[in-house]
Amino acid sequence: MFNRLYNSLFNNLISKVVFTGLLTITLLASPQLSAKGVYQSGPDFIAEAFAPHQPEADVLWFNDNIRQQAEKILGHRVLGLRVRYHHSAGKSAWILNEIGKEMPITIGVVIDQGKISSVKILAYRESRGGEVRYPAYMAQYQGATLTDRYKLDKSIDGITGATLSVWAVNKVAALALYYHSQVMSQPESTK
Amino acid sequence: MIKQILATLLGLSLIATAQGATPTHEEMWAIIQQQQEEIASLKNQLTKNDSRLTETEIIAEATISAVEKIALEPVSASKTHIGGYGELHYNNLEKDNGSGDKDEVDFHRFVLFTSHQFSDSIRFFSELEVEHSIAGDGQVGEVELEQAYIEWDLANYKTAKAGLFLMPVGILNETHEPDTFYGTERNAVEKNIIPATWWEAGAALNGEFSPGLSYDIAAHSGLFLDDGEYKPRDGRQKVGKAKADDMAFTGRLKYTAIPGLELAASLQMQTDMHQGEGDKIAGTLFETHLAWQKNDFQLRALYAAWDFDDAINSIKAGADEQTGFYIEPSYKITDKMGVFARYSEYDNTAGNATDSAVEQMDIGMNYWLHPNVVFKIDYQNQDNSAGTGSDGINLGVGFSY
Repeated sequence: MFNRLYNSLFNNLISKVVFTGLLTITLLASPQLSAKGVYQSGPDFIAEAFAPHQPEADVLWFNDNIRQQAEKILGHRVLGLRVRYHHSAGKSAWILNEIGKEMPITIGVVIDQGKISSVKILAYRESRGGEVRYPAYMAQYQGATLTDRYKLDKSIDGITGATLSVWAVNKVAALALYYHSQVMSQPESTK
Repeated sequence: MIKQILATLLGLSLIATAQGATPTHEEMWAIIQQQQEEIASLKNQLTKNDSRLTETEIIAEATISAVEKIALEPVSASKTHIGGYGELHYNNLEKDNGSGDKDEVDFHRFVLFTSHQFSDSIRFFSELEVEHSIAGDGQVGEVELEQAYIEWDLANYKTAKAGLFLMPVGILNETHEPDTFYGTERNAVEKNIIPATWWEAGAALNGEFSPGLSYDIAAHSGLFLDDGEYKPRDGRQKVGKAKADDMAFTGRLKYTAIPGLELAASLQMQTDMHQGEGDKIAGTLFETHLAWQKNDFQLRALYAAWDFDDAINSIKAGADEQTGFYIEPSYKITDKMGVFARYSEYDNTAGNATDSAVEQMDIGMNYWLHPNVVFKIDYQNQDNSAGTGSDGINLGVGFSY
């Protein structure tokens, strides 16, 4: 009877699959069980972007023009009333969220004198396409500016199977450049 | 502010007194007391105004925050997502030997994705497909569950999944939305050799050795070749009361450290393609591919080979080796338009000297009306020694969301 029980248990595909699966998971799972894909906190990103200086926190209010242009760049509605940012001496840093396929990607963009100085994925929540966070990929955005048609002036080499994440980062990079141009063109008193 | 008011009041009273007779000390005292009262009342008013202003700022901030929260809520809080894709094809093909033409229109695939986020680290994903528009007894199409699995994060860059999922093999098998590839029909090599779209039930683990070098390992149900069958495509059981005497294993290594480049190799092993019924035939699939994009130029190349035990040759001579490859350069002329050429070759009986390979050349164009909506046109020229290759035009429209 035990034999039969043994056989039915261990010859059964499901138990094999579960057994092998659990075994490999146990063998390969590393001890650090941190939250998925949060690579850097917002405050840390800002501090790093302006170090050793202390940036000023500010808000860009959306008027009709800004909202319309932001919607054009993103290709969908922009629902907030304002966007927060940090700035110091012609340099600004933006933390923006954009959906890749289903989940929002949190992206940090630093702009210096109208050019992108760095782009960083702060949190990635999709199950596929996480390759966008690699420094080699992110480095492609360095030095990019905004064209008259509100697109990046550089071509970005994509990632097979992660097209939607790449598009999301491209759009956010262009949007941050646009926001930067707006706050830099406003007189100091209305910022 | 207070000083200004005080000065004005003082000035006014001085003017008043200067106009009349000099006031007595008592009168002066009364005036000063009266002024003192007014100053106190004004001060009070000012404090009130100040606190009202602060209160207004707090209320405004709270209102703005609440409005933003409501406005942004549907995006951030939605746990269940619906997506999908579809493709409509028109084929106008002629057989080389004149044995028959194909002139048909087909809603090849209509797919609904449903996914649900149980928590930050646990999610469900599914793909339900209607092939060829209509399914049922005696109908041409099928309703298929192509993916349905639970995925959970074990750690950063390490996820596990269990359920019914797509095999980590090839370029198209896992990413096959029509707007992501060139050509109306999917390439013949991945279809006939790998065989895409290929899904099985089991458990899998995905992780990274280092940034840019990832692995997949999976233990899952396998293919089953029924009497007389020898092609991997015939062996797909689609996880419908599938024979599960013999399981299979798949592993993949993927290199993506250089922007625009993907290099991958997969190995699939199954100890018995007959699932314990009949002669034992082991099978091993090796697949490797490259996808490289530089500016507007893209190159895709893939090689796949099945190696079966010789016993399979008694079913079909030469079936112990089944191989194929393709190479596909493409160029994006504008953001919306790209052209491609693809040469592919595959052979389901490559194990003997008989010339049984199918060669195909495709050239065509994709036009993206929107990044997720594509129109396709291509010309295909297919040749084989039997003269049953088909040549002609394919048209398609596809979308994903």
